[in-house]
This record gives sequence, C-alpha cells and structure tokens, in this order.
Amino acid sequence: MDIRELQGYATFFMTIVFVLVLYWYIVYLYRSEKKGEKDYEKLGNIALDDEIDSKPINSSNPISNDKKERNK
Amino acid sequence: MQSNAALEYDYTIAKLYTYTAILFGFVGMLIGTLIAAQLAFPDLNYLLGEYGTFSRLRPLHTNVVIYGFTVSGIFATFYYSAQRVLKVSMAESKFIMFVGKLQFFLYLIAATAMVITELMGYTQSKEYAQMEWPLDLLIVVIWVLWGVAMFALIGIRREKALYISMWYFIACFLGVAMLYLFNNMAVPTYFTSGGVGSIMHSVSMYSGTNDALVQWWWGHNAVAFVFTVPIVGMIYYFLPKESGQSVYSYKLSLLSFWGLMFVYLWAGSHHLLWSTVPDWMQTMGSIFSVVLILPSWGSAINMLLTMKGEWNQLTENPLIKFMVLASTFYMLSTLEGPIQAIKSVNAIAHFTDWIPGHVHDGVLGWVAFMIMAALFHMAPRMFKREIYSKKLIEAQFWLQTTAVVLYFTSMWIAGITQGMMWRAVDEYGNLMYSFIDTVTVLHPYYAIRALAGVLFVTGFVMFAYNMIKTMTSSRELSEEPQFKSPMA
Repeated sequence: MDIRELQGYATFFMTIVFVLVLYWYIVYLYRSEKKGEKDYEKLGNIALDDEIDSKPINSSNPISNDKKERNK
Repeated sequence: MQSNAALEYDYTIAKLYTYTAILFGFVGMLIGTLIAAQLAFPDLNYLLGEYGTFSRLRPLHTNVVIYGFTVSGIFATFYYSAQRVLKVSMAESKFIMFVGKLQFFLYLIAATAMVITELMGYTQSKEYAQMEWPLDLLIVVIWVLWGVAMFALIGIRREKALYISMWYFIACFLGVAMLYLFNNMAVPTYFTSGGVGSIMHSVSMYSGTNDALVQWWWGHNAVAFVFTVPIVGMIYYFLPKESGQSVYSYKLSLLSFWGLMFVYLWAGSHHLLWSTVPDWMQTMGSIFSVVLILPSWGSAINMLLTMKGEWNQLTENPLIKFMVLASTFYMLSTLEGPIQAIKSVNAIAHFTDWIPGHVHDGVLGWVAFMIMAALFHMAPRMFKREIYSKKLIEAQFWLQTTAVVLYFTSMWIAGITQGMMWRAVDEYGNLMYSFIDTVTVLHPYYAIRALAGVLFVTGFVMFAYNMIKTMTSSRELSEEPQFKSPMA
C-alpha cells in the first residue's frame, strides 16, 4: 500500500470518526439536559445578569465565594 | 485579591483601547478611501511622492484597519466584557491591572512603529504580515501579555462557567499565537548574504510553495481569528445584553463554536487554488470552506433568533440595527466566501475585484458595524453618560449601510466583468481583450467604490464625534443602564 492509498483510507475513516463525534456530542448535549444533569440554557443569563455583586449563575467555588461575601 | 465594599468594574484599559480604535479606525479608513480613489483616478498617486503611492499605502491601509482598529476594538471589548461575564473586576488585582497597562503601552508603541516603518517602505512583503521582525517580536510580547491578563482574570473569576464570548476570545488568543509564530519565521538578509544585505529587511525561512502555504494558512486565519472569532465573541455578549434577551440556544452556540474551530484552520489553501500547491490540498481547502457555512450560519442564526419576539427593538434601538445587520452581513459574507472557494467559481473570481468586494462586505458590514455598536454600548457604562445623539447614530447607520451596499455591488460587477474579460477568447483561441481594455471598462465601478469609501469614512467621523461628545459633554447618568443604552 503506497502513501497515497494510505492517505485516502485515513481521510475516509477520519471523516467518519469526526461525523460520529459531532453527532455523539449533539446527543450528549440534549440527553444530559433531559436527564437533568446539566442546564445549558440558563448559562445564557451570564451575559444579562452581569453585575459584579449579582449572584453567579454557576458559582466557581461555593465555599470560597461565601468567604468573599463575608469579607465584603 | 482585595476586599472592597463598593467594588466596581474597572474600565481603564477598555477606555484606552476605545480611544485607539477610534483613532486607527479613522486613519485606516481614510487611507482606504484614498487608495480606492487612486484606482479610479491614478493621478492621486503623486500627491506625496513615494509615501503616497498605492503600493506604499495599500499595506498600510490593511494593517491599520486590522491591527489598529480591529485589534483595538477586540482588546477594548475584551477588557470590558470579560470582567462582566467572569464577575470579577480588574481593580481586584494590581498584577492584572499592571499587565493590562503594560500591554496597552507596548501596543501603542508597536502600532505607531508599524505605521512609520510601513510608510518608510519596510515590509516582509507577506499579506497581513508585512511588519518586519523587530515589530513581530514586540507583538509576541503584547500577545503573551494579553494571554496573561486573560487567564489571570479567568483564574480569579466568580462565575464558574465561561460564557460563550470567552471561548471565542480564548480561541482568538491561541489561534493567532500559533499561526503568527509559524508565518513570521524569517531571517534578516544581512545574515544570509554574508553582510551585504540589510539587518532590517528579512526573508521567510520557507521557500516557494511551502512559503505560500504557510502564508495563506496565516492569511486566511487572520480573517478567521481576528475578523471572525473575536467578533462572534462580541456579538454573543453585546446583542443579548443590549436587547435584554438571553441567547436563543446555548447548545447551538457550543456546536457552532467547535464546528468553527475544527473547520476554519483547514480552509486557508483556498487562496491558492489553481496554483502549484498539491491538488488534494486545493480540494481540501474548497471542501472545508463550503463546510464552514454550517458553523458560521449557526452563530448568525442563533443571533437573529435571539431577537425572536422582540423585533420591535430593531426600529426603536439603532444599536440593535447595527448588530442585526452585522449578523446579516456575516451570513452574506460566509456564504459568498465558500462560493468563491469552489474551484470553478474561483477560476473566474481569483485576482479580480470580487475578492476585495467579498472582504469588504465582511469587514465593513460585519466587523466595523459590530465594533462600533459594541463601543456605543460600552460608552454609557464606561463614561457614565448617555450617548450624545440617537439621530446621529441613525444617520450614520443609513449612510454606512448605503456605503457597504455600493462597495460590494460595484465590486461584484467589476470582478465578474474582469474575470470574464480576462478569459474571453475568440474562435481561434486568441485572447479577446488586453489588460487595459478591462481597466477602461472598470473605471465607473472603481469610482463608485471610491464614493462608497467617502460615505463610510464620513459615517465613521459621525461615530467618532458622537463618541467624543458622549465622553465629554453628554448628560450624566445616575445609575448604570441594565440593558438598552440610553441616548439623547
């Protein structure tokens, strides 16, 4: 098998793999939301509720954030 | 981090970049208008000796609008919106503030030096990478400082999830960093010629087709990671915020983002169709360019659907007008680009005026509209004053929209005419037209383009005037507006 043929097979299989990964990702996004594990859409509110003193939509570290609040 | 009872976002750096965006925007677009007029009226080449010729000014135009105006706009909107979506103030870290100020200071030096050296004729002669090696090195430092500020802000954030805009700013940072380093590998001719050449003039470390490939890997991705990615980041923050509408689909934004990241990097070879580049690579460039429609339209449609049920805002708020039209021009441009990347279409389009036509419906209608709208949105929050004049924004909008339409329609006609005339042969296979025949035919379209330039730059002066009046003499606001920007 010469290099050109190898490239051809590699391109074909990579295309299949990437298409599968993409569709898997779409299914993963919707399924995890349906199961209640994730709520992606609420994260859109990060742009709207963006005051420095407003409660984080998805807080990074609840414990240290509480400390920050207390230190204020 | 300091604890502070009355903690506020700190817009010092965002303001500085706003000033440079206005300054470089005006200079870059003015030069653009002059060179457009030079193509229609060649005598204008002789106004300023060697410094006023088309060949000297054309790279200056592209570099000033890309690295002066657009990059300033990117930094201004980043230092404004990143704080807000991460819910952390730059004032909380003296280190980040220092890095931000140092970055701006070095940026100002680099941008000024870029204008001076290119006017003097120093150039690497690579498109969008004309700056010589000392400036390249300085830009690496500036870019690294931006990365430090970005990741330091992310490091101290209160909001765990990174908002969509942040992904795009991070992608801009990483993409440009990688491509810039590879494309600017060069050696001063002094060292390659045994001391005969110049220390200031360098040649690429690659040669021939390899050099062309690396160049357009960069060249096209300058479009991707400077003109597209950060601007998409801007619209994902500023349109929802200005309209008070949450993004239509967060999941769609995830898919569009990863789609764009995977596909864009492979499309650059469409600049080298019908050249000495291997045929499979040309085909790959074409295919990836067509696939690019999906993630591009994914973002654009997501933005338009964000306005669902709120289309009345389009008539009431001129900033929404700017952003919705920007998104629409993004769709137009990202459909037109893939069409031009199809090999058979490219056979007609390549080297013709259709190409600058395509570029400008993107950069004027999408990039400039989005940056101006973002800066207008930021102004009342940064300067705590309402926008000076709504009527002026409305007038500016219509003037500049007319300009963009005149620009791309004239270049469509000019480009296709040019492409058809170049390849027209008579019954014996002889070329029917000489080059000068095409120039004569194209003159009216070049004149229309120059007029479009005058209209657009006039609109930009209106924008600059409105911004300066907003900063200095507009009515003061007692509290920060939540969504719609207040304007007189």
